[in-house]
Amino acid sequence: MLNTVLILLGVGLMAGILGAILGIGGGMIITPILTLAMGLDIKYAIGASIIAVIATSSGATIAYLKDEMLNLRVAMFLEIATSVGAIIGALLTGIAPTNVLFMLFGALLVFSSYNMIRKLRGKSDAKTNAEDDQLSEKLKLSGTYYDKAEAKQVDYHVKNVPGGFTMMFGAGFASGLLGIGSGAFKVIAMDTIMKMPLKPSSATSNLMMGVTAAASATVYFFNGSIRPDIAAPLAIGILAGATIGSRIMQRLKPRVIRMIFIPIILFMGVQMVLKGFGVNFG
Amino acid sequence: MKAKKDEMHQVEMLIGQILRVGVVISAIVIVLGLVLLLMTQDSGYSSNQFPTTFQAIFQGIVTFKPYAVIMLGIFLLILTPVLRVVVSIYAFAKEADHLYVGITILVLVILIISMVIGYFGK
Repeated sequence: MLNTVLILLGVGLMAGILGAILGIGGGMIITPILTLAMGLDIKYAIGASIIAVIATSSGATIAYLKDEMLNLRVAMFLEIATSVGAIIGALLTGIAPTNVLFMLFGALLVFSSYNMIRKLRGKSDAKTNAEDDQLSEKLKLSGTYYDKAEAKQVDYHVKNVPGGFTMMFGAGFASGLLGIGSGAFKVIAMDTIMKMPLKPSSATSNLMMGVTAAASATVYFFNGSIRPDIAAPLAIGILAGATIGSRIMQRLKPRVIRMIFIPIILFMGVQMVLKGFGVNFG
Repeated sequence: MKAKKDEMHQVEMLIGQILRVGVVISAIVIVLGLVLLLMTQDSGYSSNQFPTTFQAIFQGIVTFKPYAVIMLGIFLLILTPVLRVVVSIYAFAKEADHLYVGITILVLVILIISMVIGYFGK
């Protein structure tokens, strides 16, 4: 038993560090390890990974007493779209054509990784969006954060709020119905569509995915999908990992974070498209 | 203006403390259950069983059953994002930002509705 506990603590630690840096839940890391390597039933793997999402979110949140990296207004405004999307997605389980949706959302991730590669190769990563549009001004969504890696204060503005809102709805819908990828889609909504810098996008995504996951976690908790012997060591490892990860994130250059992010969403995208065709791995 | 800024700073620090305490308490309870499990080598339940109702969890806790303690800790962890939303309402109210007090209350209401759906729709 001690061995399993130690392995899960270690897996959690790694997933927490990566999740807090990138603003993703780490389900894509945890689920395959639990099912493929440890032979756990998929039902319990999903239950464990939803606890992983919450642990990543809460661990990243408490790393600093005063968190200026995340944008609380953006988080709460967009959370409306995500949580409504998640409810509708969950209600449509068994009705909606999941194969088509897996392909669609997978393709979206593949396309986003292509988009991010273009962004990496261009100079545009260094520039932040200079002005609010009308709606984001009304909603006071602009923000500022101190970038430790570049040793400067970065002021930023947000645009295309309806586009981001729609994407967030899709992110919630996908996580409610398909149970995957909520963090990645959230980061893409803020970074690519709303032109927020990558670091606040990641930190804000981290906060939001915890709030969205709390709702589905209650379902899994009461229907017996969350096994205490699996979830407990995983959660503790992740909490520790996420507090470390959010400290590392502050010191990384946005470019480096993007370079880690791209292969991961590309992998997720391909995995989802294949799943749509009925090919499962991970 | 400076007094106002100081006050906001204090509010932010207070919120940070509250969130930290919430997460740390849930972590301590989980660790406690885990240590208990490793020491006794007994989950307190027959094989592959664990408590999933409030009643079963609390009955298990009074007799120090490791799985019951862990499940309580996990449930507290699930509540930490809810705590985050609640204290955000307080923060926006302190800033007198009525638009965001409204938005965040809406988020809390949606969250509670979906938790209730989750609880009864299991």
